[in-house]
Amino acid sequence: MSGDTAGIAVHTSFAIETSGLAKHFGHFPAVDGIDLAVPSGSTYGFLGPNGSGKTTTIRVLLGLIGPTAGTWSLLGQPMPERAMSTLPHVGALVEGPAFYPWLSGQDNLARFDAMGRGGRSSTRAGRISEALARVGLTAAAKKKYKAYSLGMRQRLGLALALLVPRQLLVLDEPTNGMDPQGTREIRHLVRQLGAEGTTVFLSSHLLSEVEQICSHVGVMHRGKLLMQGTLDDLRANANPKLRVETDDPARAAAVLTRMGIADLERQDAQVVGTLDGVLPEDCCRALVEAGIGVRMLVKEQVSLEDAFVAITGEGFDVAG
Amino acid sequence: MWLVEARTVLGRARVRALLVVLAAVPVFLAVAVWRSGGPAAGNGPPFVDRVSHNAVFAALAALTVAMPFFIPLSIAVVAGDSIAGEASLGTLRYLLVQPAGRGRLLLAKAVVLALFCVVAAIDIVVVGLIAGVVLFPHGAVVTVSGTTVSFLDGVGRSLIAALVVGASMFGLASIGLFVSTISDVPIAVMAVTVGLVIVSGILDSVSEVSFLHPWLFTNYWTAFYDLARAPVYWHNIWKDLVLQAGYVAVFGAAAWARMTSRDVLA
Repeated sequence: MSGDTAGIAVHTSFAIETSGLAKHFGHFPAVDGIDLAVPSGSTYGFLGPNGSGKTTTIRVLLGLIGPTAGTWSLLGQPMPERAMSTLPHVGALVEGPAFYPWLSGQDNLARFDAMGRGGRSSTRAGRISEALARVGLTAAAKKKYKAYSLGMRQRLGLALALLVPRQLLVLDEPTNGMDPQGTREIRHLVRQLGAEGTTVFLSSHLLSEVEQICSHVGVMHRGKLLMQGTLDDLRANANPKLRVETDDPARAAAVLTRMGIADLERQDAQVVGTLDGVLPEDCCRALVEAGIGVRMLVKEQVSLEDAFVAITGEGFDVAG
Repeated sequence: MWLVEARTVLGRARVRALLVVLAAVPVFLAVAVWRSGGPAAGNGPPFVDRVSHNAVFAALAALTVAMPFFIPLSIAVVAGDSIAGEASLGTLRYLLVQPAGRGRLLLAKAVVLALFCVVAAIDIVVVGLIAGVVLFPHGAVVTVSGTTVSFLDGVGRSLIAALVVGASMFGLASIGLFVSTISDVPIAVMAVTVGLVIVSGILDSVSEVSFLHPWLFTNYWTAFYDLARAPVYWHNIWKDLVLQAGYVAVFGAAAWARMTSRDVLA
């Protein structure tokens, strides 16, 4: 049985919206009341260390597990009530690929397509070869899945998500287990899909990956969504640093302390501190007026990692 | 969807191997009887003493021999794979996000499991008839009642026996399907399902619990013997079918409730 692939009208500016969404396992709050708002057309990086609740959130969003509390919608449709009519427009890769080892790549895709409501059977063969070509698996289409490498399996998972044109792609760690070349290809593909107008919700524990391909970001930590917004919004959370090299670091430190620069640190001839709202040009003037010879003065670009640490208050480690 | 599911299940090497093993039962039985002449009249399992008289009895005897263990075991294997197998592979989550629909998927699994029950029994009967025709006379059949029916009538009765035996397995299959919705481990489902066949068989042989007997899903498994009478005695066959329908209703509902509410974490 194949359903109709005609698009459902999206009467919302958010492809994913949740309100107080929570999932507890016993007493453990794996997801602890989050309010996601993923703008339509965005490439949204769902960032967090392993164990922070990303995959649990994705499972709830796709209707695989029931939430303990809260509501959510996909493509403006209330879930889980409209799951059968909404999910055909959502492609998903959840917690790694999973296929039938004794079937070939293309037979696996054909089975899933036929069991679902996403695509018509008359266009199936064409869609399968197109999806396989898109992820670079054409040569291995007839190979049994059990003979696939981890990277090939990941690609087949992406091909399944791309089997019909989607309005929303939910990709859980899509570059897991891929070699650097494969990682580059997948990131290119995700960027391309984003450029075509598909909303991409990409979970990742790789800060650099999110920084490279995402326009928006949400930060998960211990089941809570600590912030969400554009990448710049995230960076704004971290205080930029000021790095100064002078002929008299000791006096320079004294002047900067008076200016309100926090966390001052001496590094040989350099002094580093947190700007905390103070303008770098004011610091420069104060140093020069104090008769200190300034050799270098830089406002340092905030890395996403600094921003992340600023938000979570700790490093990017596995949450306990 | 059902067709795709049927093709996937029946096309699997494991399931084909099960059907080959089931087909081996009548072949071994027929060859053994052909070489030894078979047990004296009235000895051995039902029908085995008549195998050398007519090909039809090769099919019925094979069904009798395979009924208590081989058929239930193969059904338990397929039931274990149905939902728990998908969960253990991780394919269950991808079927659900396609979306296959939880109720729809369960129904497809149930239909194909029922189909397998019937295919397993037909497999034995057809191979039994072929082995019988090759090795034994295949003329008019002397029934258990002493009357005589044509060979074609006998063949028709053995095919109906296959359908009855297949349907007799529906209760067990629905129990297996329910257990499969609870677990992520197919082999555990298989063990529980086979275990229940053994428990039911033991209870069925203990006269102290005779009040339970009419409710045990194994109680009327031998009702198909009555197809070898002429005229056919249908009473126990109907009772069996009604009982199996009851099991399907109860465990089917339980499987539905579990399947439509379960958290898919695998």
